[in-house]
Amino acid sequence: MEEVKPRISIYYAQNATVVTLTDEKILEDEDIKSLEDSIMPLIDGPVSLVIDFASVKFLSSAVLGLLIRISKRINEHKGKLKLCGISPRIFEIFKITRLNEIFDIYDDAKKALQSLK
Amino acid sequence: MPVFVLDDNCLMTLKTCTHEKVVIKGLISELRDVCTKVLHLAKALNYSNDDIFAVHLAIEEATVNAVKHGNKRNADKAVTIEYEVTPEKIDVVVTDQGQGFDPNNLADPRCGENIYKTGGRGVLLMKSYMDTVEYNKTGNSVHMIKLNSRHTR
Repeated sequence: MEEVKPRISIYYAQNATVVTLTDEKILEDEDIKSLEDSIMPLIDGPVSLVIDFASVKFLSSAVLGLLIRISKRINEHKGKLKLCGISPRIFEIFKITRLNEIFDIYDDAKKALQSLK
Repeated sequence: MPVFVLDDNCLMTLKTCTHEKVVIKGLISELRDVCTKVLHLAKALNYSNDDIFAVHLAIEEATVNAVKHGNKRNADKAVTIEYEVTPEKIDVVVTDQGQGFDPNNLADPRCGENIYKTGGRGVLLMKSYMDTVEYNKTGNSVHMIKLNSRHTR
């Protein structure tokens, strides 16, 4: 049987849900669809969601599109979204696209959680 | 200019330049295999990790654009990748069989409400990470060049 690698791991801390992306590379349409299918159901109310990118070494603009969709859904539910663990190389992509100006970005999950206190 | 590099088995290998033209019908996965080949060649020629990241991102964005926006995901239409990897530069041309577009008429994804759009950032990233990005007149072929930042002139 083909091994299916989990795309995310989830834990609950304080009043926030922390989603850790487990893939090093996020590119394929199926991967992005799978992430979307896993994350969207978590946003069913005014939740605080932290997305941890610490394992991610490469992503394309398709992932940025997914983050915008997640952010819109969070806003519709009056929740909060924090991103963390973004490597300097990937942070550069956020800076170029100026998405660092619309997302709250923290060094790590601990700092992101502190910001929600 | 020929250079000597260490390969995976620490053997001294002579590398000069690799040039290839690949025509692939529709499949993004096969286009990614070509990209992987380019990145391996770049690594063997001692390109920096930042250069390799840049070329990876630019080829990914260009090929996805070619399949999705150019060929409109029509599996009968082909994407051609032509590349040349030398110690000085990586040269890549990605061509689709679509109608093309005017790259000068693209909305800036960083401005106003565009920042909240889910797409439209690919060309900006290609232009930001590569030294040269030029489209042909039809707009269905993009020529990108990345200079080796470690290359001493």
